[in-house]
Amino acid sequence: MHLSEGIVSMPILIGGGALATVGTIIGLKKIDEDHIMTTAMLSATFFVASLIHVPIGPGSVHLLLNGLMALILGWACIPAILVALALQAVFFQYGGLTVLGVNVVIIGGGGLLGSCLFRGMLQRPKLRKLAGLLSGFFSVACAALFLCITLLTTGEEFVGTAQVIFAAHLPVMVVEGVITMFIVSFLAKVQPEILGIKS
Amino acid sequence: MNFEQWAVGDSLFHRVSSPFKMIAAICFCFGLASCKQVDAALMGLFFTICGVLLARISLLALLQRLVLVNIFTLVCWFTLPVTVVGRAVAHIWFLSISAEGLALALLITIKTNALVLAFVVLIGTSSVVDLGHGLRVLKIPQKLCLLLLFSYRYIFVIYDEYRRLSRAAILRSFRPTSSMHTYQTYGNLFGMTLVKGWQRAGRVRDAMVLRGFSGEFVALSTVKICLADWLLVIVVFCCTAVVLAVEYRL
Repeated sequence: MHLSEGIVSMPILIGGGALATVGTIIGLKKIDEDHIMTTAMLSATFFVASLIHVPIGPGSVHLLLNGLMALILGWACIPAILVALALQAVFFQYGGLTVLGVNVVIIGGGGLLGSCLFRGMLQRPKLRKLAGLLSGFFSVACAALFLCITLLTTGEEFVGTAQVIFAAHLPVMVVEGVITMFIVSFLAKVQPEILGIKS
Repeated sequence: MNFEQWAVGDSLFHRVSSPFKMIAAICFCFGLASCKQVDAALMGLFFTICGVLLARISLLALLQRLVLVNIFTLVCWFTLPVTVVGRAVAHIWFLSISAEGLALALLITIKTNALVLAFVVLIGTSSVVDLGHGLRVLKIPQKLCLLLLFSYRYIFVIYDEYRRLSRAAILRSFRPTSSMHTYQTYGNLFGMTLVKGWQRAGRVRDAMVLRGFSGEFVALSTVKICLADWLLVIVVFCCTAVVLAVEYRL
């Protein structure tokens, strides 16, 4: 899901950086002093999720969980994802300095957009699983779509690459949806306040 | 588990304080990212390789990292020569390979590798703690610096927690396959990791408040500015200027 360095054109890098900055400022405004620790812990969990490989067919995919982060944190997921992506860049050289903003917009923005519709459904016990499934699925779908749009705005010549990348993400969307569904139903039973569920 | 494998060492790059390295990295990386000419990108790659040699980091480990980074560029090598319309240099079955596509794939490969190496040399040679305090010096909001430092602190704790849970599952004969049962198990494992992280966050926050935490994170080491700091920034600025001069044929 990460866009590597050296591909995207300069206007996109600057635009992505600007959008990510705005998102981060809004997100930071939503985090009060009491919740810094919780947000940091979730950011660390998001980082750990990327280390976990889930088998699918003959291969395996690693979890993204941007939808879950957006469900739990709302706008605060943008700074949390920024931090996790920065750490991934420092530790594993996934992504990098110049594409950090673009990657935050792709993953964080995808998460926010993919899960905003389904947040309300969490309060209804019967729809909870569906909310998890759909937000997991659509968050990865939106992120893959943003990634393709980024590539296509960089140049017409990336049409083939974008198609390959979007197709490669189709199984990831399904697995993310299913796993987010199970995580949401687990959290609703064990610690509903993480999801902001009023019981 | 050591993520910060480049941060330990003794070289010019390890001695320069992190805010200076960050300014140098932003300048060089954005300069290089704006290149559209292969020779300018090669110039950038040359400078970063010089930097890698000066920073005296393990070349073998670096090569292993570059292999992973180049997976995406490999996708570009397979798709771009076919999709870019241009002068055909070869034909494979019904597909024609265009020279422009090959040139674009080459440019991307050089830029990606150069940028990754530059990142390792300029940012990877600092520890995350130094980077967090360096960001504070650069007037980045305190909350964001705290987020970075705390997340870094708890990645290892949460990862250990997750591994403990997954070891327990394996001991109970859990074998991952592509089945609903596997996904449910992963969901529950990860949900439990989240719950534990959440509860730990509450305890840590209480403990910090008890010890008088007021939202300010005090650094144990202060940033001392020395000649090498300025020297590095000036040298990196010059390298960026050379790359851009080659790019715009000045």
